[in-house]
Amino acid sequence: MDFKEKVLQVIAEVCEDDVVKEEHDMDIFDAGLIDSFATVELLVQFEEQLAINVPITEFDRDTWNTPNAIVDRLNELK
Amino acid sequence: MTPYSSFLFFIILGVLLLPTMVLGIMGKRLRYYNVFVSIVVLAIIFSEGSAGFLSLVAFTALQLLLIKGYIAYRQKKNNSLVFYVMSMLSILPLILSKVLPILAVDNLASFLGISYLTFRAVQIIIETRDGLIKQQLSIYQLVHFMLFYPTISSGPIDRFRRFQKDEEKRWAPEEYKELLYKGINKIFLGFLYKFIIGYSINTYFIMNLDHIADGMFTYHLLYMYSYSLYLFFDFAGYTAFAVGVSYIMGIRSPENFNKPFISRNIKDFWNRWHMSLSFWFRDYVFMRFVFLMKKKKWIQNKMLVSNLGYILLFLLMGIWHGLAIQYIIYGAYHALMMTGFNFFETWNKKHKRWPTGRMMTVVSIIITFHVVCFGFYLFSGRPFQ
Repeated sequence: MDFKEKVLQVIAEVCEDDVVKEEHDMDIFDAGLIDSFATVELLVQFEEQLAINVPITEFDRDTWNTPNAIVDRLNELK
Repeated sequence: MTPYSSFLFFIILGVLLLPTMVLGIMGKRLRYYNVFVSIVVLAIIFSEGSAGFLSLVAFTALQLLLIKGYIAYRQKKNNSLVFYVMSMLSILPLILSKVLPILAVDNLASFLGISYLTFRAVQIIIETRDGLIKQQLSIYQLVHFMLFYPTISSGPIDRFRRFQKDEEKRWAPEEYKELLYKGINKIFLGFLYKFIIGYSINTYFIMNLDHIADGMFTYHLLYMYSYSLYLFFDFAGYTAFAVGVSYIMGIRSPENFNKPFISRNIKDFWNRWHMSLSFWFRDYVFMRFVFLMKKKKWIQNKMLVSNLGYILLFLLMGIWHGLAIQYIIYGAYHALMMTGFNFFETWNKKHKRWPTGRMMTVVSIIITFHVVCFGFYLFSGRPFQ
């Protein structure tokens, strides 16, 4: 599994919806797939499964809004 | 002089901002002249009693010391205890300003805007802890952010890194014209909201309620609706002034309201009402609490963690408004509504009993509107008099 697939898998688990694996440019906040609570889960999972530490204050809803955007941001932090 | 409360204030501001606008349209850097404007306006706002002014100076000096000290410390070490102590010290003046009046001691700690300024300062300490602010900040940067006069009395609560991006930006003439246009638009919207609609609701309706209502129940019911609308127009009006003047100064302060009365549920409402405050609590209280619980694995149950987070958030938000019975009950009420909705949402995700469609959206909006208005009724303190 490459990095992008791994990230998408984590997002899908947290959102409890596999649609994020298909539609990479969907705004997951607007679609109601994720809220602030799930966001924290996402950050915990990134740390546990991918060993990437994303501070809560770094997670800005405007720049972390789609699966593609999240993959890009994580790539920058890797 | 209280900001945005008299026409004199607007006239002075208009004259002071004329050179800012001319410089902006010419594409010149706004920074230096704006420092001058800021000092003059701050002097006007705090010139009434010397006590408030001295408290402001002492408060700012303390926060600068804490922030600069913590950044210097954080560049070398990262001990959790130090972070918590520094955060507590930063909040201490705010706590004192709320507690001292109850103890009937002279309230020297308080001054206009202390609740809002505290949140701007603590936020810098938290982001330093998270490693997002690494470089030492200059006194100019900190003072300008903390004492940014357009938003000093009641927010919106900006974020340091966002503010800094705008502050460092050299606006091209076209960009500045756009900002100026939006800013002036907002200021006129503020006049409409605060001085026409809000003022009318208060003067012609709320103050005459004794004659309009024919019984206790009608009185309180009408008070609930009219106070809620008044609160919105008055505060949204103030915010429009604050954001509008910020734009003219070249700073895009965040918005506070996004059509709150068409919220579909209580969660939606808190994404639309007093946004800069609720997002602050979301990011720095709720999410941090949940993160801590999950990472340390102290509480495993999802529902319990999120509900405890909501209770913590809304009780704190209530107390933040003031240590009075109505604010504490207001906080508890919203904590109850959020946890109740949390249960409902999870249950409905499984069973899908709540129908969807346009009619149901309208029903949801009407229910939420009433839940919210009842909250403001509690907030007003009227039921406790």
